Amino acid sequence: MPTLEETTREVLNLAATHFKLAAGTLAPEDDFFKKLGIDSLQTLELLSRIENHFGIELPDYEVQGVSDFKTLAERIQSRL
Amino acid sequence: MLDLSLYSSVGAALKDAMERFADEVCLMEADRERERERLTYREFNARALPLARALQDAGFAADDRASIIMTNQSKWLLSAFAIFYAGGVLVPLDYKLTPAEQWQLLRHSGAKILVTEYPIWRQLSTAPGRSAAPKIQTVLVTEAPQNADLAGALRWEAQLRQEQRGSAEPVFVPRGRKDVASIVYSSGTGGRPKGCMMTHENYLEQCVALTSLYPFWPGVRYLSILPTNHAIDFMVGFFGPFTCGACVVHLRTLRPEFVREAFTRYKITYVSLVPLVLKNLQKGLEARFAGLPRGRRKVFDFLVSVNKALTKSQARLWLSRRLLKQVHSGFGGELRAIIVGGAFTEPQTLQFFYDLGIPVANGYGLTEAGTAITVNDLRPFRADTVGKPLPGMEVKIVDPGADGVGEVYVRSKTVMLGYLNEPELTAETIVGGWLRTGDLGKFDGQGHLHLSGRKKNMIVTEEGKNIYPEDIEAAFESLAVKEFCVFAANYIWQRRSMVGEQLMIVIHLEAGQAFSEQLKQDIILRNNRLLNYKRIHGIVLHEEDFPRTASLKIKRNELAERLAKLERDRVILPL
Repeated sequence: MPTLEETTREVLNLAATHFKLAAGTLAPEDDFFKKLGIDSLQTLELLSRIENHFGIELPDYEVQGVSDFKTLAERIQSRL
Repeated sequence: MLDLSLYSSVGAALKDAMERFADEVCLMEADRERERERLTYREFNARALPLARALQDAGFAADDRASIIMTNQSKWLLSAFAIFYAGGVLVPLDYKLTPAEQWQLLRHSGAKILVTEYPIWRQLSTAPGRSAAPKIQTVLVTEAPQNADLAGALRWEAQLRQEQRGSAEPVFVPRGRKDVASIVYSSGTGGRPKGCMMTHENYLEQCVALTSLYPFWPGVRYLSILPTNHAIDFMVGFFGPFTCGACVVHLRTLRPEFVREAFTRYKITYVSLVPLVLKNLQKGLEARFAGLPRGRRKVFDFLVSVNKALTKSQARLWLSRRLLKQVHSGFGGELRAIIVGGAFTEPQTLQFFYDLGIPVANGYGLTEAGTAITVNDLRPFRADTVGKPLPGMEVKIVDPGADGVGEVYVRSKTVMLGYLNEPELTAETIVGGWLRTGDLGKFDGQGHLHLSGRKKNMIVTEEGKNIYPEDIEAAFESLAVKEFCVFAANYIWQRRSMVGEQLMIVIHLEAGQAFSEQLKQDIILRNNRLLNYKRIHGIVLHEEDFPRTASLKIKRNELAERLAKLERDRVILPL
């Protein structure tokens, strides 16, 4: 099983790819709404990509209120 | 449809619907591709009544308040019916609020019972604030894992089983038309919650008015995506369809791909969306059309133009479905209209869908008025207005300027009783039986209402969220400045616009204090802790003391008048 650091890194890479940003532009503490200028719907699209990548299902309530990559990675980690 | 003029309460109408439409399917619930629930009215009734009995066994009586904090799902509606059956007052709260906000509203509402989902309860029970809501006697939690610590709550599912062990039938508690049916918070998670007391009459009358334009009947399937605590979904995603024998479809996962799939899988008839989602849907479709090979694109554009010409005077669904078969198949082939609400929708988005043969039921309303005030009746379709007043609605424009624009006032049986525990605010809002909406508009020659701005200090986001500046000031408490105040920019500098509304913070520095980078970063940090739709977008530096009352409260109106003399674009420092 990957470590939390590895999961976080993968989440950041997936987000960068999804929103066509250069690798390394995103940090774990970044607020994705603010940093990426995206709305909640675009976040949902990213979540689907993340689920497919990790082969997990993240129920809506697990990601409710989450707005930074670090917390998102923790939620993913708990389901790996 | 039931003849709602014969009923005195929401509960009585729902009770009869259970018998009248017993064999019709009333609810479907899916989680991704898995269907988790499909209930007929008979089954729904059989499941809800034990819960009503359990509430009564717990001492719940007429006029007692029970809150629901849940995502859209079957147990929301089952619980609501049980509460109405027992004569209770429903307090539907937004599951997206923070636990602190939810506790605050639970306290404010005086709810005795809370029905919620385990993941929500997990957060609520560990957050501070429970002691502030001492009236909560019973908490019912759905879907809790086997060995979960329920922190004093009871399992929702166990209440149903208790009944099977043989306790008595619940007693139906009748209510009158003027009795309060629910307390709906239109906003106010800050200092002054606005709990709209909606009567049974409000709901019964609104339902008759809305279904006269957009009818439901057995076989109709409504996709419930907007939160059911919101007045729109409560009406068109519960009370409306249920009193007509129609079916409500719930999705436990609201990812776009599963929502798209639901249209075709469940052959959806109606759906309600907020403008933001509708606009995203438009963008997605436009991208798909743009990707068509040139020849096919030409044919498609031609078919759209034919559809436009043939539906100019009135919608012709059967024709549009044939002409633009692929588009309509993508929506399941049965979609009759998209209901859009919660915020202002741009005309070009409305026109886009209408040109594809998908009417958008655009309207205007507010919780205080019992959801909708005006709705587009499609006779003919107009993208440039918010429609005409619904039957039973009196709408007038007060103090119109030279351009005919004035404040919109409404009088109707659907207007709320008042704000809970706020007699002064109620008296300011409902004057001589007329509800002051705080919105600006005018009527055209055809009787259509045009909205053009707001008179009140608030914004409505594209996601349909009402944000009052006072409610977010707590996030900036003890900011290292002499004083500060949050405003809606359009309130200070009146703009004839209902879109792109933003909040800004006005700060007055201490004598000799400079606006430092550190202060700016502190504002940014605090701002980022707010939910994204509540964030401020600019800072205004004000050099004078804020005007204050004798009790030292900021005189917001006076301060606003002062700021209005400045040039908007020059004084707002963007964040």
